[in-house]
Amino acid sequence: MTDLAPAPTERAARSIKNPRLPQYAPLIALVVAVAASALLGLTLGWGVIPIGIVAAIFYLIGLTTWSRIIENARAATDRLVTSLVWVSLTIALIPLVSLLWKVIDEGKGALNGKFLTYSMRNVIGEPGGIYHAIMGTLLITLAAAVISVPIGLLAAVYLVEYGAHSQLARWIRFLVDVMTGIPSIVAGLFAYALFSLIVGPGTQFGIGGGVALSILMIPIVVRSSEEMLKLVPADLREASYALGVPKWKTILKVVIPTAMAGIITGVTLAIARVIGETAPLLIICGATDSVNLNLFHGQMASLPVFIYGSYTQPGSNPEILKQMAWGAALILILIVMALNILARVLGKLFSPKTGH
Amino acid sequence: MSTVTTGTGSPKRRLGDLVFANLTRAAGLTILIALAGVGIFLTVEGIPAFGAGPDDLKGHSNLLTYVAPLVFGTLLAAVIALLIAVPLALGVALSISHYAPRRIAAGVGYLVDLLAAVPSVVYGLWGIAVLGPKLVPVYKWLASHFDWIPFFAGPASNTGRTIFTASIVLALMVLPIVTAITREIFAQTPRLNEEAALALGATRWEMIRLAVLPYGRSGIVSAAMLGLGRALGETMAVAMVLSASGVVTWNLISATNPSTIAANIALTFADATGTARNALIASGLVLFLITFVVNFSARAIVSRYEPGSK
Repeated sequence: MTDLAPAPTERAARSIKNPRLPQYAPLIALVVAVAASALLGLTLGWGVIPIGIVAAIFYLIGLTTWSRIIENARAATDRLVTSLVWVSLTIALIPLVSLLWKVIDEGKGALNGKFLTYSMRNVIGEPGGIYHAIMGTLLITLAAAVISVPIGLLAAVYLVEYGAHSQLARWIRFLVDVMTGIPSIVAGLFAYALFSLIVGPGTQFGIGGGVALSILMIPIVVRSSEEMLKLVPADLREASYALGVPKWKTILKVVIPTAMAGIITGVTLAIARVIGETAPLLIICGATDSVNLNLFHGQMASLPVFIYGSYTQPGSNPEILKQMAWGAALILILIVMALNILARVLGKLFSPKTGH
Repeated sequence: MSTVTTGTGSPKRRLGDLVFANLTRAAGLTILIALAGVGIFLTVEGIPAFGAGPDDLKGHSNLLTYVAPLVFGTLLAAVIALLIAVPLALGVALSISHYAPRRIAAGVGYLVDLLAAVPSVVYGLWGIAVLGPKLVPVYKWLASHFDWIPFFAGPASNTGRTIFTASIVLALMVLPIVTAITREIFAQTPRLNEEAALALGATRWEMIRLAVLPYGRSGIVSAAMLGLGRALGETMAVAMVLSASGVVTWNLISATNPSTIAANIALTFADATGTARNALIASGLVLFLITFVVNFSARAIVSRYEPGSK
């Protein structure tokens, strides 16, 4: 609501020409709108949400009309748009707050030592644990990272150091961008189709999930690594060449270490991005109640699939399983947040020492 | 750049360079092969579905009539989501790039990115448990006052698990990507253009209309298309929120809703066997092709304008 304060000279000039609303006019309009809406809402017995909506409408109409009367039509339009921009920001953030609140509120009751260290094997009629799902998620994501990081990083090196402006590099860059838009379920179907043909029809196992996730992860790794490699100053490379160091050694010993901080940040963010994927794992990894630490054999549980299964097919104890789903959702969000924070910390930690 | 390939002084090619250069090229080619592989393997596994009968296609006589309603649902949900998300994203992007004081803008940008970090399955939970029930009275009100509009014909759903609710959740999920791109483009508007508009006496909105929006038009279009690609392929939120029956209807608020390709796959894949799975994979191929075309065009628009902006 804070309108930028006009510079003193500007204000003086305006006061000669046109009457202006006071600087705190939006605030007054907001207070009046909320008060009027609350009064109306409380007499008619509305909830908080309708009161909020009506207050927003009152505010938009009130401030615009006020400005139109005191100022002019152009100023009124400007105020209307300014208000609309702020209203749209509020609308966008309300769901986020509501979502985080709901997950924390419903999920915190499920958290305890057993929840994190037991699986759901032979658990009937009582809360079990999500150890199997956490381990599954970690293993599958690790597999995805092991596949994606070398391919993604090497491809980024090719784009920056070797391909540069060649036709092939241009196509790779473009198609990598297109690949970021592949629906996650299509990646899952691809892994399923691939392993159906290679291993046998209907194969479901953990490594398939790794392959599916790496389809989603590689483009992110390539793009972020490419950006980081591009930032390495050409001086560093040239200094190294001048010393007679071969190009490949320059890349490995000078270019990549310099860009390391950014690359690690990018990889961590890519992991955070795919760790919550549900759809591909639902198809290629299946689900199980037991701990399965073998990526190459048997169905594997994962947190997102566990949340989905427990909430939509809770079986005979819906209350218990739904609570567990919320608890697992809370854990999943915490993992994603932790990865996001970790990305920043690692970025700082690995940034090249200036050495003074 | 290096003396290894072009220099006259050292004609010998180092083995290390040869190996490393080809290794990186191979990695780049692997990505292209993987992309082609997605199309190829889905086609190979999808082909048997052309011979599928009504048993495997939920009563539909052939693959076309099986996929068509799903395509309809997918497009409907994605388009509604976009209609909600794009204006909202423009508002949010403008608030970050042109309205908020700098310190607040960074925080707000981070919060919007947080929306992108929430896993889709959690959006699904929130959609069923919070958004759906909250919208039931709205749907009932719409059904009783606006039932002459085909979209709100009713009868209103009692759980709120309608295609409209699913579209709102989808809108939230595409909001961050559309915001991120438009905000970047708005921030790139030449400062001189903005100041020229302001110097001519334009209000802030007139400045945005005259300088910022025309400059960012292609960016807005491609951001919207990338959002569309995301909304078309989003699976879990729709699979969980929507109570789908696979019909074709314009009614947005009733208990019988069209399904989407992605949601249909997620919901029925586990129980499907044999040719039914091939049919699902074939529908996945259709989804892949649709999103590929959408993303391809969006990126083509972006890359056309990229050299100028750099």
